Amino acid sequence: MSAGSLPSGSQVKDPGYPTPSENYLTNSKGILSWIFTLDHKRIGVMYLVGVTLAFGVAGLLALLIRLHLFQPDGMVFQGEEANNWYNQVFTLHGAIMVFLFIIPSVPAALGNFLVPVMLGAKDVAFPRLNLCSFYLWVFGALFFVSALCASGLDTGWTFYTPYSTTTDSSVILATSGAFILGFSSIFTGLNFIVTINTMRPPGMTWFRMPLFLWATYATSIIQVLATPVLGITLLLLIAERTMHIGIFDPEYNGDPVTFQHFFWFYSHPAVYIMILPAFGIISDLISVHSHKRIFGYRFIAYSSIAIALLGFLVWGHHMFTAGMSSLTTIIFSALTFTVSVPSAIKVFNWLATMYKGSISLTTPMCYALSFIFLFTIGGLTGLHLGTLATDMHLHDTYFVVAHFHYVMVGGTLVAFLGGVFHWWPKMFGKMYSEAGGRLSAFLVFAGFNLTFLPQFILGSRGMPRRYATYDPEFAGLHQMSTYGSMLLGFGLLVALFVLLRSVGAFSRFGLACGKKAPANPWGGATLEWQCTSPPPFYNFERAPAVGDPYDFSDLEWEADEERYVTVEPKREVIPEEQPKPAPAHAEDSN
Amino acid sequence: MSTIEASPEVGHDEHGHDHDHPPFLAHHFDTPEQQFDSGKLGIWLFLVTEVLFFSGMFCAYAIFRALRPEVFEGCSQFLNTKLGAINTGVLLFSSLTMAWAVRCSQLEQHKGLVGTLAATLSCAMIFLGVKAIEYSHKFGMGLLPAGLFAYDPSNPHPDPAGHPPYLAYICAPFALALAGVLVWLVVSAVTGNKFQFAIAKPLSVVCVCFFVGVGLGTFLESGEESADHVDVHADPNGLATASVMLEAEESAAADAAPAIAASGAMIPVDESVLEILATDPTNVGVVSGLNALEQQTAAAGTSTVTGDGAILGAITTTEIDVMTPTTAGVFFSIYYCMTGIHAIHILAGIGVLVWLLVRAVRQDFNRQYFGPVDYVGLYWHLVDLIWIYLFPLLYLIR
Amino acid sequence: MSSHAHSEDGHSSDGHDFAHPMSVQTLLAVFFALTFLTVITVAQASFDFGAFEVATVMFIATVKAVLVMAFFMHMLADKPFNAIIFIGSFVFVGLFVIFTLGDSLMTSHSFEPRVEELAPAVAEPTITTVDGAP
Repeated sequence: MSAGSLPSGSQVKDPGYPTPSENYLTNSKGILSWIFTLDHKRIGVMYLVGVTLAFGVAGLLALLIRLHLFQPDGMVFQGEEANNWYNQVFTLHGAIMVFLFIIPSVPAALGNFLVPVMLGAKDVAFPRLNLCSFYLWVFGALFFVSALCASGLDTGWTFYTPYSTTTDSSVILATSGAFILGFSSIFTGLNFIVTINTMRPPGMTWFRMPLFLWATYATSIIQVLATPVLGITLLLLIAERTMHIGIFDPEYNGDPVTFQHFFWFYSHPAVYIMILPAFGIISDLISVHSHKRIFGYRFIAYSSIAIALLGFLVWGHHMFTAGMSSLTTIIFSALTFTVSVPSAIKVFNWLATMYKGSISLTTPMCYALSFIFLFTIGGLTGLHLGTLATDMHLHDTYFVVAHFHYVMVGGTLVAFLGGVFHWWPKMFGKMYSEAGGRLSAFLVFAGFNLTFLPQFILGSRGMPRRYATYDPEFAGLHQMSTYGSMLLGFGLLVALFVLLRSVGAFSRFGLACGKKAPANPWGGATLEWQCTSPPPFYNFERAPAVGDPYDFSDLEWEADEERYVTVEPKREVIPEEQPKPAPAHAEDSN
Repeated sequence: MSTIEASPEVGHDEHGHDHDHPPFLAHHFDTPEQQFDSGKLGIWLFLVTEVLFFSGMFCAYAIFRALRPEVFEGCSQFLNTKLGAINTGVLLFSSLTMAWAVRCSQLEQHKGLVGTLAATLSCAMIFLGVKAIEYSHKFGMGLLPAGLFAYDPSNPHPDPAGHPPYLAYICAPFALALAGVLVWLVVSAVTGNKFQFAIAKPLSVVCVCFFVGVGLGTFLESGEESADHVDVHADPNGLATASVMLEAEESAAADAAPAIAASGAMIPVDESVLEILATDPTNVGVVSGLNALEQQTAAAGTSTVTGDGAILGAITTTEIDVMTPTTAGVFFSIYYCMTGIHAIHILAGIGVLVWLLVRAVRQDFNRQYFGPVDYVGLYWHLVDLIWIYLFPLLYLIR
Repeated sequence: MSSHAHSEDGHSSDGHDFAHPMSVQTLLAVFFALTFLTVITVAQASFDFGAFEVATVMFIATVKAVLVMAFFMHMLADKPFNAIIFIGSFVFVGLFVIFTLGDSLMTSHSFEPRVEELAPAVAEPTITTVDGAP
């Protein structure tokens, strides 16, 4: 897809490290070699392009929403149909962001590229299933777009009955799309579980895996366990609309609260599909750019699994006001608090990793730091919403909107950007402009906070979500939020510009492309930094030496070549016991 | 399904790594065992997704059965236990032949493999044939999901001319498939293509088996009909004697449910039918339903919607729903969703089994590469497993 | 946990090392046991076990399912991890069904039509299942 803009064939031989004559981007040419590729790296790149496009569309819709809300009476959509338009736009924004961007962003785009490379494997376990998963994603995306063109969709991304069984909008098209996207997600998750289980190289025990793999594994468990329930829910919803099966539709004595149970049994764990891989990225980023062993490796690994499993116990907190029995609400509220424990463990471990580390404020690190700040706010405000009493007040207000944007955008999107900046040199073999990258990180951070901090205040003052107009007393905060969203959008454009410029997309305008990336620009110790940038078709010319993924003691910065090299002692296959190098554990005792 | 196995045709020979790889070993695996283990874990995970997928419907079943047990009990009488039991036996036998097929592939018994796979396929077809009879029979009676429910207790078997020929519709694709396979069989025999002939021969038997199933279903259904359905619905007391499954005290209450349930969904309600049914004193549901209807009609006369037939009709329906206390439609909704999606899984299984059959004729499998047979077998057993639960839950409610 | 991890710790790659053919006797025995249980479950439907009804059929079905899983699906001979994930999925099914069903039972009065409100005169005779909550 993006083959045209990639620097194919422009590799300069660099004798400092093994340079294969061809990498995965250049080993075969032509659009067909991309369309029918089974190479996990190319599929990852295609996903990256795809989710970026989806994000662009949904992001523009978000800006449209913010522009509309600039004035209490609405600025953009006018006339009789203004409210309908608003409903359709925010529904599409949410549905596209959730189903087409956030869920596949990290696992499918970055995960596809990284999982086999981090494992030292040649490919994922089922390459054809992988490609199938990508095309299901494309197909599902087309369904969504056609739902937009057919007659809009105004149910919100949650498709709650009975509205979704009675509205005239194209619910069936959209739910079919979501159903297909669910298969795509299941296949990706299934593939990763099998890959990580059966294709780890000799020497890589479970506790010598990079934490990104742990997070991906936990995510995949959720994808495999939860997504089928969404599938059957959407099928039953389609049947409800076509045949009136009377399970969800109160008109036929169905129970709409049952629909919400079905829906959130998937969709709450799906929240962790969105955020868990981000945790994995941040764990790796913080450690590498602090040049210090990750603190509490096992706790971070276990907490990923704990979040994945506990995530199945808390779906009811989306339904506190939906008419659940009071006993159920109390149980769900109590269980909700348990999820905050593993999340907090992660945050504390990241902070402890940075403590006394030698932090380089590279672009990925800037994103990682803003992730920690934003996710902490997002996570802590989640506790307000998990508490029964406060949720009664805050439910369906802008407080909820701000909360989940802090987790989804401030968390997942920022981590995704951090991950893209971190692995960009590996994926495309080019270094980007550090100054530009840092600027984008700052703009995104500032713009994001300006957009969503005011929404906490709006929500706690009673501004309900999903309304096209509002009382004039809220105007000031809404305007702040709109200004912030423009800044956020600008920051994201800067990030896109920096990245595209590095691979030479603007070279015809006289903007030079980035320098050739060395194999290990950041000083990472995981396996992907042992292969060349970009990796060859089979990922590794020879089997990589498996070591401790967070032992940076034998990596040294070589200033004139601007890269990290492995110094003596050469890293060998460490015997089966858990390695306990001295320098890392000096901090552990603090 | 077929995408899950990493089959040997994946050609990545352009790099010339892996010269020692046997042809069935995909390039990214080191050993046949690693490939087999990966595929096996993959298919088990796929089965996990299937279990969770079906769990949604089992959950819906549990909710509505717990809320309206008498509706489920009453409506279950419409399902033919004989057909369900026969289908259970057929599926169990197909599971046996499938497990046997895995054994054959592991022992490189190529002819046995083709035979057992063909037997499995034949059983699948018989199952679908019986199902076709069950479905078309219920479609004809108007026993449909809530929104389409059109069952008329006074006329449980409407004139076949009055509704589309459902059985013909269901059989048509299978008849086409049979015709296609037979043509293929003849052509391959005439042209002397032994490979294609070896595939077409078992496949033609398989396709014929669908109609064997249809015949079997017709035979059992017609035997059941006079004893059960007609009497049950025409005369509530008849149920007690005709149905071997029910005890006398329960029957009146039990059969009232579908009858009223059915009338509840009828728009407009045929009051004369209700009156006939209400003459039976045991039919308390209909009596009270009729009472409510009269009250409602009287009440509506004073309300603002007087004269508006549509709105009046809607209110009437609601009132009768209250009496039933719900429509029978939800039972049939769940019945069609569960068995329908199960049948779709059977169809998918038939698809992959045919793929296996072709490969078995080609003798692709050996003791180091029998994964696809094993994986499809696991899938097939899961489909059987789900039916093991569906059968008592839907057919054997008392 | 890592015993299934990679092939290198497996056996040599020739022979029937990872194929475990099931004997024909076992297969037939399992099939006849399953058929027998099917007959039992149909036959028991003729008797009224009252509240144990569902428990009885579910128990028989589960015995059948265990037979199919253990023998036809080779779970006994398979790697334990595969069995764990498959059995583990039922834990999640249980969570899903128990929470949803439990909540639905506790709130059914909010969506099941209440007769005594709508038609008080005929409320008593037939209503056996509408949730009794006032």
